[in-house]
This record gives sequence, C-alpha cells and structure tokens, in this order.
Amino acid sequence: MERIDIGETSIEALIAGEGRPLLFLHGVDYFAQHKPFLDRLARQFRVIAPRHPGFGASPRPAWMRGVGDLAYLYLDLMERLALDDVLLVGASFGGWLALEMGIRSTARLGQLVLIDSLGLKFGGRDEVEIADIVALSADEAVQRAFADPAKAPDYSVADDASVEEVARDREAAVLYGWRPYMHNPSLRHWLHRLRLPNLVVWGERDRIVAPSYGAHLTQMLPSARFFPIADAGHYPQIEQPEKVADAIGTFARETTR
Amino acid sequence: MMHTWHFSEMAYHPAWEHLNDSYRVIIPSRLYDPKVGADLYHRYLDEWALCDELGINIMTNEHHATATCADSVCTIPMAILARETKKVRLLALGMPIANRENPIRVAEEYSMLDVISRGRIEMGFVKGVPFEISPANSNPADLMERFWEAHDLILKAMTSHDGPFSWEGTHFHYRSVNIWPRPYQQPHPPVWMPVGSQGSASEAAARGITIGVLNTGWARTPGIFDAYRKTAADTGHAGTHDKLAYMALIGVGRTREEGWRRADQILDYSRTSGIVAPQFANPPGYVAPAMAAQAIKGSGGTTARATRLQTRDGKPINPRTVGVEDAIGAGLVFAGTPDDVWDQLKSFYDHVGGFGHLLMMGQGGHISHEDTVDNLTLFSKEVLPRMVELG
Repeated sequence: MERIDIGETSIEALIAGEGRPLLFLHGVDYFAQHKPFLDRLARQFRVIAPRHPGFGASPRPAWMRGVGDLAYLYLDLMERLALDDVLLVGASFGGWLALEMGIRSTARLGQLVLIDSLGLKFGGRDEVEIADIVALSADEAVQRAFADPAKAPDYSVADDASVEEVARDREAAVLYGWRPYMHNPSLRHWLHRLRLPNLVVWGERDRIVAPSYGAHLTQMLPSARFFPIADAGHYPQIEQPEKVADAIGTFARETTR
Repeated sequence: MMHTWHFSEMAYHPAWEHLNDSYRVIIPSRLYDPKVGADLYHRYLDEWALCDELGINIMTNEHHATATCADSVCTIPMAILARETKKVRLLALGMPIANRENPIRVAEEYSMLDVISRGRIEMGFVKGVPFEISPANSNPADLMERFWEAHDLILKAMTSHDGPFSWEGTHFHYRSVNIWPRPYQQPHPPVWMPVGSQGSASEAAARGITIGVLNTGWARTPGIFDAYRKTAADTGHAGTHDKLAYMALIGVGRTREEGWRRADQILDYSRTSGIVAPQFANPPGYVAPAMAAQAIKGSGGTTARATRLQTRDGKPINPRTVGVEDAIGAGLVFAGTPDDVWDQLKSFYDHVGGFGHLLMMGQGGHISHEDTVDNLTLFSKEVLPRMVELG
C-alpha cells in the first residue's frame, strides 16, 4: 500500500497499472478481499484505490465526520494528482461517496460506475431499504451480503492486526453513516447533475440492498444502464471479480466521450 | 459514615419465561401486560418510599427496550419520590447523556427535581451499556466525545445565572441557553458516573466526579479505586471515601438460609442482565478497535460489563448460572444474617481500601414485595447502625 498526503491526513492507497485513471471507492467491509478485482482492472487502467480516512490504517482528522467531507477530499485528490477523464467506481458506501462527488463536480470525471450503491432513500419513512447491518448477527450479515457465504473471509482464523483494521473499517462506516442511516435524504434531488455516462452494477442476490433499489437509481440518473450480476450479493466485485471488471472495461470503451 | 442507597431496576420479570437468547432490544412489547406492569411500578415505588422511614437513600437507573429494567426514564420515579419522601437523598445512576438528544432538557429535569426535593438530588451521568445504542439510535463511534460535551453543557447551563449563553459545540448547538429553574443545591447537585475500568475511574477523578462500580467484585474493585485515588491526588481533587461507591446485591434474613434465599432471588438480575444478541453487545466503535477485533474474531464475544464477573482470584464466573456462595466469595453479594452481611461488608471494605457509599440492590429478579420489605427493614435495623464505623 502506498500513502497519499491529502488535506490534513495521509491515507493509504493501493495504486496499480497504467492507462486511464480509475478511482475506486470501497464500501463498508472486506477491503482486503478486493485484490483480484483491482488486479484485473489494473490490466486496463491506472487504478487508485484509497482507504477512506478512519478506515484501515488511514487516520481521520477529528473534524472529518461527514460524507460531504470525504467527497471534497477525493475531489481534491483528483486535482492534486492531476487526474482527468477519471473513471470513478464506487461500491456500497463508496457508491454513496461517488454520487456525492459527482453532484458537486463532474469536471474531472469521464464516467461513473456504481456497484450496489448506498446513499439514497426512495421508499416510505417506515420502509427499510438498506439492511441495518449493525443489528444483524455476524452470520446473517454474511448470508445477506454474499450469494455464496463461503466466499466471506473467516475472521476467527485471521491475524489480530488485520481484524483490527476490519474493526476500524466498521467503526468508521458507522461514524459517517449512522444517521440518517447510510443515506443523504436530499441526494436524490441532485442526481440530475450527474450528466455523464453511468453504469449501475448490482449483485442479483444482494440482500443488504435489493436489486430493485439499483433499478430505481438507474431510472433516476440522466443516462444510465443497469447491469445485474448473477451469483453475487452485495459485493459482486468480490464474488465475480472478472465479470464486474470486464463489464466496467466494456462500459468505459463504449461510452468514452 | 457510609451511606446506603437502595437500587432496583424495576424489572418486568413476568416476561422472562418467554425469552431465550435476548432479554433486550428486539423483544416484542406484546409480552408486557400493562395491568401487571402498573402493579409492579407501584410496588417498586412503595419499596423506595419505605426507604425514607428506614434511612436508606434511593437510587434509580434506566434502560430501554428490555424486560430486565422497566425504568425507561430514570427521572420519572425520582419525580414521584421527590414529593413522596422527605429526608433521604435521590440518586439517578443514571442519565445516559450521550444517548439523549437534548442536554438542556436533562439540565431542566435535574434542576426541577432538585428544587422540588429541596436539594436532595444526586445526578448521575452514564455512558450506557452497548445495548442502549440501538434503542437510542445513538452513534457509537463518537459516544464518549458526545458524553463529555453534554456533561460540560449541562453543568454550564445549571451554573449560569446571568441570562442566556451560546453553545456552538461539535454535537450540540444552542443560541440561547437559559434554564429555569436553577438547581437548589449550589453550585449544582453532586455529579456521579458509573465506571468499569481504571481508565474511566481516572477520567472521573480528574473532574472530581463520584464514581460507582458494579459487578467489579473482589478482583477488580481495588485497582479501580486505587486508580481513582491516585488521579485525584495528582489533579488536586479529593480522593476521599465519599467519592467512591460500590454496588452489591444484598440479602438479609433472620437466618442465614433466609438471607441466602433472598440473595438467590435477587441474583436473577445478574443471570438475566447480560442476555442479549451479540451484535447488540458489540456495536462498531463502542470500544477501541483492538478490543472490538477480539469480538469480531469470536463472532459473539461480548464487552458487556454484566458478563465480566470474576471469582476472588480473577477467574471468570458464568453470570447465567452464578450461585449465592460463589457470588459471596467474589464480593458481588453480601448475604445471610445481619452479622454475616456486616462481616462480608467490613471485609470487602478493608480489602478495597474503603469507600463511602454502598449501592444496595435490595430488590431484583423474582424476590417478592414482602421479602424485599423485610430485607430492607432488617438491613436498616441491624446493619445500618454499625455503618457509622465506616466511611
């Protein structure tokens, strides 16, 4: 992992490959399990995958506690690294972040890819659209997140340091996304600003946030296509890394401005 | 002299037989019969009111969405008792200020109670056990930061008497703080907080806050009290006995058998209190990552205080099956005849270097009203007079 000094922090980042810049924003959990997916993307792109402040070993300035702060941080990061025509890919919580960046500025973005994204509220006030992962047992959380639960890591046999990073991931996700739970109530009213090609990728068996939510998001974006992934849950990029990476590659080629 | 406080969680125990893996958070309220609940509330309030005659102070607390404690608003029994009693002091240990949206409202509640009771309120502020996070929808990742900001704001609100002030903090924002009434006691009622570790004892000591410990027993209490005394001395605060409180489950009887039977019934509190689905015992961010990692590795480890009972030599005790003899050995229960209870109390007092407040759980679990009244009365007549020696 490399380090990028940005704002008042110095975040960890996985940087690999050459070519067009691809900024990948990770979700709540399972950062370590993204390697096959990111490696495959790195065959075509210059992949930059930062670990958000507060997650893993990336420090968080005490004042940084909103998703909007993270959005500005990564807009700054693109400017700082002089990235243009960026393929922005956000998964789960990272999808929410990508949306928050995009509604602020698409100046450095070429296309946007959202994978099982959080961040929005479509249904009624007493309708649960995003499963409350904090209220699920460890087993049920895995059952809901993976089409094949055997693909989830077994933390009982992992080393202490790596599980401590997972604990930091979960703590940070809670800090940013506690209330309103994993969404910004007004975000849906700004989606019209995402005037760029959008791809919405969804695990067909996601039971954290259902494919119908992804379909709804697709309809609300100015120009988007929906791409369901079979045999995948909330983390299709972990369960089907090749399919997802290849779908992103195809989308990027077909929609380059 | 050592002060004694009678504590009850106002449990709704009739639901317990219908519960299995969780006594908290997700249990349906159809298991609560309000007619039975009303009788229980009045009964528990009667037992507290009796304390005014017995010279035993009163302690309440609060929990949410649970059958182990039906006192969901600690200041409601305090409000009733502020008028029903005339002499004894009233402690809430306490108010979960990191889980309450509005610290100003807390300052108003405590101030109003203090005035009605003519200065008999002691105000506890609690972090709250992890299973309070879900009912309060309170962000666990910055809980203590919010706790201390609320604490500072409440005390400033209670001690500012020259019109409004402004508070633009991290978690709380008010343009015009100006509470009426101001508290009866000056500058404000004494502040308490429960602690479970040496670190939090030191944090309280540095601010001159009285601490209460529960379930820490023979093994863990001395280290916590020592940490308090040391930090108090280092920071120029009083580390005196009256800043230290210890909670024990107490069963007094005319015979040892009767005292033990009462203690055994009260021990149902310890046996049920920690029964909660693991995810509610370990919300992300509630404890430091190193400790949270151990819970993730175990996929069910718990950080709940109530489950960390230890024997005299530091071995874990299973709270679900703990018996009276083991609990007495661990310093968690004082039980038997008045002489037995006194001997156990005195021996514990000497072991931990002294303390000024005995938080007496004189009611808990399935103990009946008659037994509770007799338990409190015997304690008052036979044990309390000897406590002038302590404190």
